[in-house]
Amino acid sequence: MDWSLISQYGDRFWDGTLITLKLVLLSSVIGLIIALPMALARSSHYRRYRIPAYSYIYFFRGTPLLIQLFILYYGLGQFEFITNSFMWSVLGDAEWCGLIGLTLNTAAYTAEIIRGGIRAIPRGEIEAARAYGMSWWQLQHRIVLPRALRIAWPAYGNEVILLLKGSALVSTIAVWDLMGESRSIFSRTYALEIFLYAAVIYFLLTFILTRLFNQIEKRINRYLVCY
Amino acid sequence: MKLKFVVLMAVASLFLMGSAHAEKIRIATEGAYPPFNMKNTKGELIGFDVDIARALCDQMKADCEIVAQDWDGIIPGLLAKKYDAIIASMSITAERQKKVAFTDRYYSNYLRFIAKKDSGLDVSKSGLKGKRLGAQRATISAQHLEDNYRKSANVKVYDTQEAAFLDLKAGRLDAVLVDAYPGYDWLKKPENSGYDHVGDTIDINDKIGIAVRKGDKGLVEKLNKALKAIRDNGTYQRINANYFPFSIY
Repeated sequence: MDWSLISQYGDRFWDGTLITLKLVLLSSVIGLIIALPMALARSSHYRRYRIPAYSYIYFFRGTPLLIQLFILYYGLGQFEFITNSFMWSVLGDAEWCGLIGLTLNTAAYTAEIIRGGIRAIPRGEIEAARAYGMSWWQLQHRIVLPRALRIAWPAYGNEVILLLKGSALVSTIAVWDLMGESRSIFSRTYALEIFLYAAVIYFLLTFILTRLFNQIEKRINRYLVCY
Repeated sequence: MKLKFVVLMAVASLFLMGSAHAEKIRIATEGAYPPFNMKNTKGELIGFDVDIARALCDQMKADCEIVAQDWDGIIPGLLAKKYDAIIASMSITAERQKKVAFTDRYYSNYLRFIAKKDSGLDVSKSGLKGKRLGAQRATISAQHLEDNYRKSANVKVYDTQEAAFLDLKAGRLDAVLVDAYPGYDWLKKPENSGYDHVGDTIDINDKIGIAVRKGDKGLVEKLNKALKAIRDNGTYQRINANYFPFSIY
């Protein structure tokens, strides 16, 4: 083990870790916000809501994240009507492309997870809400979504951890995330430990995320547990 | 250090079965670095490096096999004995010399910035402040940018040279720093006529050699002898002329 590598490249590991964290936190939060209405649309009785949501989910779950990032980053840059438009101020930036790619991808998975939660709500609770005369909107935001989120929470935590590891792919579109920094440091040192250090950092981030999700789960689901 | 050795041995032992044919020399190249190494439409490896490799093998009367290997993993693959030599336009650097042995140079490299023709870019340190500069990851160009411009400019590195050029054309980069000859080759293409060199060549004393494992002293000597022979009998100059109208030695 060559510990001098850490002192020499420590600041680059730190910079990369911050960017990875930023991407994962932002994309998981925005992804969740997109996923909530999409899960409702996906569970709707109306085809005009169900089919667009289903197509979106099918596309993003059916293709590799790497290809989605390549299309978003390299693909869209080929069209002049995009590079000349206002969209380019966002799509022209690698970190924005990474954020958009991760967000769109995780939104699809999260919507499917929440749909599972919606389906698992005991029918009696929904019937009871209807019997009280709740409107559709009242039913959704008072009963369906809060219950679905609580049921789906552990699975959603799993998705965020997968997202953290999937985020390593943004290094292929010139983002200096933890993986991007590690690969560049490795390419000049050829020290395999570099990837071991990166793995330890990913592990620690996963550990922190898991604890965080467990704490939130305990809090939001405490009515289910007898202490 | 000990752990690294054990890991390396474990990886190496995985590939030992493949290296039973001792007489055969397996040579790795990248296949994504025109005009030095690339693939033709049939998927065969071609280019200056490949021609040099073939000429050296003919000179040594050795049975050679040329394989393609991604740049990132090209030195680890050599250490793991997946092949015996790397002829892939690899710069001889002190960092690499800690891991592998190099032959004498088979050409010399310079760096050069490429930008849009009318960019008026000033490639001095102050002129490049805040500019978006790109290069291929794990190359001398990338290291030059990271060492000199990481703090003052926006440095981006790409997995392939082609991706860096794509981003230059898409307008995401103000300039690409690239090895002089591949840059020359890229600028020659008609679709890239809107681009040109900016600034002088940057001489960083970059010599290109063939990498072999440190234990393989015999192979280094054999390759050096063969290199000298193809320089002396004019084979090298003939190959050079196929790619560039000037000597790159």
